[in-house]
Amino acid sequence: MEKKIKSKAQKRREFIRTSTRLSLAVGLGGLTGLVLPETISGEWVWQIDPFECTQCGRCADECVMSPSAVKCVHAYDLCGYCDLCGGYFKPGVSDLNTAAENQLCPTSAILRRFIEEPFFEFTIDEDLCIGCGKCVKGCTSFGNGSLHLQIRHDRCLNCNQCSIARNCPSNAVKRVPADKPYQMKGDFSKS
Amino acid sequence: MKKSLYKIFFMISGILIPVMLFAQQRFPRPDFESGYQVPSPTTPEPRSASMELFDVFLLLGFLSLVTWFVLKKRSRKGILYLSILALLYFGFYRNGCICAIGGIQNVALAIADPGYAISLTALAFFVLPLLFALFAGRVFCAGVCPLGAIQELIILKPVSIPKGLQKALGLIPYVYLGLAILYAVTRTDFIICRYDPFVGIFRLDATYTMLLLGGSFLILGMFVARPYCRFLCPYAVLLNWMSANSWKHLSITPAECIDCKLCDQSCPVDAINKPAAEPVSTHADTRRFLLSLILIPVLVFLGGFILSKSHIYLSRANHTVQLAELLITNPEVRNDPENLDVQAFLTSGKTLDLLVNEAAVIRRNFKTGGWWVGGFFGLAFGLIFAGKTVFRNRKDYTPDKGNCLSCGRCMNYCPVGKPDYLNLMKDGIKSN
Repeated sequence: MEKKIKSKAQKRREFIRTSTRLSLAVGLGGLTGLVLPETISGEWVWQIDPFECTQCGRCADECVMSPSAVKCVHAYDLCGYCDLCGGYFKPGVSDLNTAAENQLCPTSAILRRFIEEPFFEFTIDEDLCIGCGKCVKGCTSFGNGSLHLQIRHDRCLNCNQCSIARNCPSNAVKRVPADKPYQMKGDFSKS
Repeated sequence: MKKSLYKIFFMISGILIPVMLFAQQRFPRPDFESGYQVPSPTTPEPRSASMELFDVFLLLGFLSLVTWFVLKKRSRKGILYLSILALLYFGFYRNGCICAIGGIQNVALAIADPGYAISLTALAFFVLPLLFALFAGRVFCAGVCPLGAIQELIILKPVSIPKGLQKALGLIPYVYLGLAILYAVTRTDFIICRYDPFVGIFRLDATYTMLLLGGSFLILGMFVARPYCRFLCPYAVLLNWMSANSWKHLSITPAECIDCKLCDQSCPVDAINKPAAEPVSTHADTRRFLLSLILIPVLVFLGGFILSKSHIYLSRANHTVQLAELLITNPEVRNDPENLDVQAFLTSGKTLDLLVNEAAVIRRNFKTGGWWVGGFFGLAFGLIFAGKTVFRNRKDYTPDKGNCLSCGRCMNYCPVGKPDYLNLMKDGIKSN
């Protein structure tokens, strides 16, 4: 008699266990089914919208990488190739030469190369660039705005939550589809 | 001549437009006569989608292999080597991102906000370990999770923590999980990622606080085995539910338990249930169980009430709420050029009313979310409390399925079926 009752209790426990397991499986399946349709848009990466960026300088400090994965890029198409480049020189310099004290860039990451009178080409050495945006501010304020900040995907770790995006005061860092990973400036205004 | 013209223009524009937000063409693009070709900027590609898919397959492979090592092969060594491989790949090579623990936030946000596009990788990393836990226990913790592996490798002299303290500390992951979901769905922050103690070690690059946090967890982990996994990891809550009801699970002994107690001392995380006799059921026990069941709705309400009441404090972590509060309470910050957030807001052209409205919506979400999350706390604590009043009759040493991390040490220590088992028998272990 006692054995029979015990087996009944065991059966009951077994039933409860199986139904709990089943409901957990259904819950997990339901959750997956709910979220799965939202995955069709593929992978995502972080990128800076250059037209919303205010060049506050936080990109240099807030990235989990040191130096930052944010670098200055140059949209050569928009550049005026000025001798007196607002992105290269500190305001009010007297001599337009490559002396360190004349440069706006704290790490001398901009290379200035003579093309033809009176034009100069400016290129960014990404190994030196720290993404502080000082040159971008200069270029945007005084020049064509061809220098702008972008997250470089050969350096970016694509963190689940970008630590720059969290601290960006102008919400310029957004997730973009991984097949269009850059928002390079191609024009003078946001199209 | 041209040079000086530019100079004059530069100076004039410097005076007239000190800060122009939007770029415009001030200088025409030159016509080069020397045949100079205008270069175009390079665009290094991100990690390809196929590589992301490869990670998912690798995760699947790792999970399957660990399951095989735990259930069939019964090899502690196999599990250990796999966890080292996982630490090297998912930890140091992939820099610990994306991981299953952080995936909670992506999934929660994707459910709450259909506009949020979640990547398939994030979903797979969230679901697969849970699926395996429902099938075979926490094999993910044993040999796949890089955070688990780094703590597993530094266990030096684990001390046993009193049961009561263990239960109390075990409530922290529920709180962490609830808050992480609340902050994720309100688009405030991904706190799990932000306070991940080991990600800085994986990147070999971290801020001072991160290093301090990671370092102290590692030092603590020498004596309290896997402190993050047991007393903090929010994903462990979900894994615990799955594993506690799993279809199969690691068994300490391959045949009949001989009650030698060898396994009990081998478990670093105190997840082995000792044999215990079921006390004779009395009315008092039944009453206590029923009482704790009645207590659950009360706890749910109380939790929801407290958390929704504290929504003002909780919502202060949100950037928008913070900014709106600052602008209302200290209007003079508008003149502070050092406050980048305020300056960016002022140059954006957004009105204060719009910002305050946005902040109010976020606060309301925190209030509603507070009811849900607080209710969840009440439910979880109530169920744990109710579970304490239920006694089970246990003959042998068995793994505590919910808390067992399937590390396999106990299998290693179990003498049953080992070649020198007969010699041990002769030495009289059984008679003791």
